[in-house]
Amino acid sequence: MLKLIRSRTVVMPADNIDTDQIIPARFLTTTTRTGLGRHLFTDWRYAPDGTPRPEFILNRPESAGCRVLVGGRNFGCGSSREHAPWALLDFGFTAVISTEIADIFRNNALKNGLLPVVVDGQTSRWLMTHPGAEVTIDLESLTLGLGSGLQVSFELEAFARYCLLNGVDELGFLLQRLPQIEAYEHAGPSSGMSGTS
Amino acid sequence: MASAGPKTLFQKVWERHEVVPETADTPAILYIDLHLVHEVTSPQAFDELRARNLPVRRKDLTIATLDHSTSTRTDQVFGGAPITVDSAARQVHQLEANCATFQVELLGMRSPRRGIVHVIGPELGLTQPGKTVVCGDSHTSTHGAFGALAFGIGTTEVGHVLATQCLLQRRPRTLSIDVSGRLAAGVTAKDLILAIIGRLGVAGGTGHVIEYRGETIRALDMDERMTVCNMSIEAGARAGMIAPDETTYAYVRDTPRAPRGDEWERAVASWRMLPTDPGAQFDRQMEFDAAAIEPMITYGTNPGMTMPITGCVPRGADDPMFARALAYMGLEAGAPLRDRPVNVVFVGSCTNSRLSDLRSAARVLRGRKLAHGVRMLVVPGSQQVKAAAEAEGLHRIFIEAGADWRESGCSMCIGMNGDTVARGEYSVSTSNRNFEGRQGAGSRTLLASPLTAAACAVRGRITDPRELLNE
Repeated sequence: MLKLIRSRTVVMPADNIDTDQIIPARFLTTTTRTGLGRHLFTDWRYAPDGTPRPEFILNRPESAGCRVLVGGRNFGCGSSREHAPWALLDFGFTAVISTEIADIFRNNALKNGLLPVVVDGQTSRWLMTHPGAEVTIDLESLTLGLGSGLQVSFELEAFARYCLLNGVDELGFLLQRLPQIEAYEHAGPSSGMSGTS
Repeated sequence: MASAGPKTLFQKVWERHEVVPETADTPAILYIDLHLVHEVTSPQAFDELRARNLPVRRKDLTIATLDHSTSTRTDQVFGGAPITVDSAARQVHQLEANCATFQVELLGMRSPRRGIVHVIGPELGLTQPGKTVVCGDSHTSTHGAFGALAFGIGTTEVGHVLATQCLLQRRPRTLSIDVSGRLAAGVTAKDLILAIIGRLGVAGGTGHVIEYRGETIRALDMDERMTVCNMSIEAGARAGMIAPDETTYAYVRDTPRAPRGDEWERAVASWRMLPTDPGAQFDRQMEFDAAAIEPMITYGTNPGMTMPITGCVPRGADDPMFARALAYMGLEAGAPLRDRPVNVVFVGSCTNSRLSDLRSAARVLRGRKLAHGVRMLVVPGSQQVKAAAEAEGLHRIFIEAGADWRESGCSMCIGMNGDTVARGEYSVSTSNRNFEGRQGAGSRTLLASPLTAAACAVRGRITDPRELLNE
């Protein structure tokens, strides 16, 4: 259950941070959800010979322990790989803040308890110019508290918020609705692969 | 909520699949007619079923294949030689085991029907107008070419569909893209969609389902429509759709799993109801003039960074991201791309690996050789495409030109199977993503049509395909 996140931020000002950067495809041959944090942003974090790039933000000492990642516009664009939120969570992030978050990434993030927080341009600019700021994300009141004392509200799909706050398992929710699903199937035309809609 | 009045294609398909409509508090429960499964995004979903002791609820609506991490080398696919990448081999074996345990039909390594999920769904006739189609892959938008609502999902949602045949979904907004005018000679559906993404931007479609409409779209064949819908996700859109018409029905009718007899007649009658009604409202609208489009190529590190092949790399004002992209690509703002050297050419991927794409590349390569030092991979989208291409001798054109002719799969589009581009190399690729490192760490990808890719292979330099078509 996720109610309140309080953390310093890590700022990656790039727009369009795609899922191939978050977790390159060569690490997708895993068959589990765990252990992907060490490959997070791997081609930005490490030189070709495997040595860490000291200038990259995740390699800097001030990033240690930070749980909130601030990214540029259109964070998480690209593929449907859920390995992207798995890698971010495994590394230690619990929220991503951007002015725009790609649809599939946002869905995948919410299903794993990684909070996608969409903010306006002004808030984003403040965050970008105050890297390492201590922020508070309150899922109950849907507010983002900035280190300056300022609070901004953000939107989150109502059901996703409910599930995160109450630890509701979405598959369990769907399974409880099997009678309605069966009724739809009996009434509807989806009766097999050679059938039609 | 079902409502009266004129409706869009999207609205009609959506409303037919609402098990429970959405409310302010809960998303809709949306029924899924076809679930395509592959080895990369399914293992953890099958594990979830195992952990909860659940079966696959509708095995008859689920089909699996191997495409992303599979070898494209004939000796490895058919000769029993080990797959190069160990973890990829494990993933392949895990899908084989999961399909056996959960009794899901698998078009396995040696099946003559195996191929890229988005190529085989349509080829088998499983992709049909009006269906909802999902897959743990963002290029599921391809199937929208048939008037299906088709979108990519993550692994958790793959588990939801396996267990319940349903998804919890908020209704997206709609965007109409109306294209008029005739595509010029040497300009293809790939150039059209690259031009559209260039204008819309990589986030321009976020939260929307696109319907591609207009006379230009109507004139496209099914392969071309799939190329267009395939790249909807590169504009951030949830899905892309094209209304079914006689072109669609003619394609579906000849597929092995299409409805037959009376069932076919009933199906077509219901499909004829799908196109957007006159007067139906879209949330947004855009218009495009196809006649103005030239062969397109990307110069940056996202698919929105496109330009006419005859043009110069744009100047990105003071945008540091733009500068970073050009530095990664080793290109200069304001300079032409034409005649820059090319190392690798890839013809393949769910965007451009169908028979007409291979014919298109062969048209340029016939009687010609690859330029010295260029490596070219031609990877058909499915084993059926491969067989059809060989039946008309296309493979000989590729092999005689000096290209590698391979077994089907995603291959160098995603580089999971060992087919990669080396650090710093320039690859002209018919695939869909030019992200940093997409085709291998440090690779530099320029997206283009099969005609352009083949022309670049012949010259060893960025080449306008019209120069070779006119020779």
